[in-house]
Amino acid sequence: MTSNRREFLKMAGASALLLLVPAVLPPVRAAEKPASPGSAARQPLKAGHWAMAVDLMKCSADCTDCIAACHQAHNVPALGNPKDEVKWIWREPFPAVFPGETHAWSGESLRKMRPPVLCNHCANPPCVRVCPTGATFQRPDGIVVMDYHRCIGCKICLAACPYGARSINFRDPRPFIPKLNPDYPTRTKGVIEKCNFCEERLARGLKPACVEACRRKALVFGDVEDPRSEIRLLLETRFALRRRANLGTLPQVYYLL
Amino acid sequence: MKLYDKGIIMAGIAAFVLLATVPLWYGGAGKSSPPELSLDTPAIRELGEKRCVDDTAVMRSRHVQILTAWRDEAVRKGNRTYTASDGRRFEASLSGTCLKCHSNKEQFCDRCHDYVGVKPDCFRCHIAPGEVQK
Repeated sequence: MTSNRREFLKMAGASALLLLVPAVLPPVRAAEKPASPGSAARQPLKAGHWAMAVDLMKCSADCTDCIAACHQAHNVPALGNPKDEVKWIWREPFPAVFPGETHAWSGESLRKMRPPVLCNHCANPPCVRVCPTGATFQRPDGIVVMDYHRCIGCKICLAACPYGARSINFRDPRPFIPKLNPDYPTRTKGVIEKCNFCEERLARGLKPACVEACRRKALVFGDVEDPRSEIRLLLETRFALRRRANLGTLPQVYYLL
Repeated sequence: MKLYDKGIIMAGIAAFVLLATVPLWYGGAGKSSPPELSLDTPAIRELGEKRCVDDTAVMRSRHVQILTAWRDEAVRKGNRTYTASDGRRFEASLSGTCLKCHSNKEQFCDRCHDYVGVKPDCFRCHIAPGEVQK
């Protein structure tokens, strides 16, 4: 077969058109959606490693929106006494959150600050290391989760966590939940619970409840392995503190100053 | 060998056997019948083909294993989509999928569990429909 310039151009054009075929095909495959009535409408949010940044310059000390939204979304009981208290996100005075970063002459603005504190979803989590049943574990995307089904309430993780981020249900929490959210289970007596970075919301394509609830946009949630994410941009441009970073737990909640 | 007080001993044994087998002859074996499970819920009525995630026989005998597998896949591996043997896909969720159709927990789950005397603790944490108004 002899080929001239005209034949060559025809073949080149046809080959170029063939390359376009895969771009046309995906819409056909997208038609197969989960069939169940409760199927998720949005795509799950995925990341290499989830982390949170708390902008202390934007967070106001007297606001409780994030706490209310989280505790409502996760059926956290309000037991009304500090001894039995169950909490996922709460506020602490700045000197308690960063004991190593304050001194006797720290400014009033710093001492009056009450940063929100939650599970740090450590990259090197001591709670996971000590859990005898594997009830608490680290997901590949960095979230440290509780599998309530496997928790035997031994409280070793409570002792291992240097941040006090874990709570145990000393009593049945059901009667103490102000408004039950039917989409999230409650816990039972003798089960440990803590912040789960809203993994159940991420699976439905939603950002964590606290992040959505914050009116001042002081909470930023994102993928720290993505160099173009909002959180990475903040961490590159702002000074960030991590709670008791010297312990080597590699906490993934960053406090921006 | 001679057995003393044969009459009394034999009567005692007979009385014991009679007493020990009370549940068998007094209750009347086979009198109770398996409970009727209600499939009459709004969501099931709307279904074109009344088919659960698998055949009824499979669901009857293996729902515990299916739920356990769903739980481990969703909680441990973050995989919330279940592909049934016939290729249909479902969200692996007890309250989100199972109970969306079987919204009558008392007439469906509880009737059979009470009959066979098992006490699954799913609903000590998971919230059954109707327990709270959305």
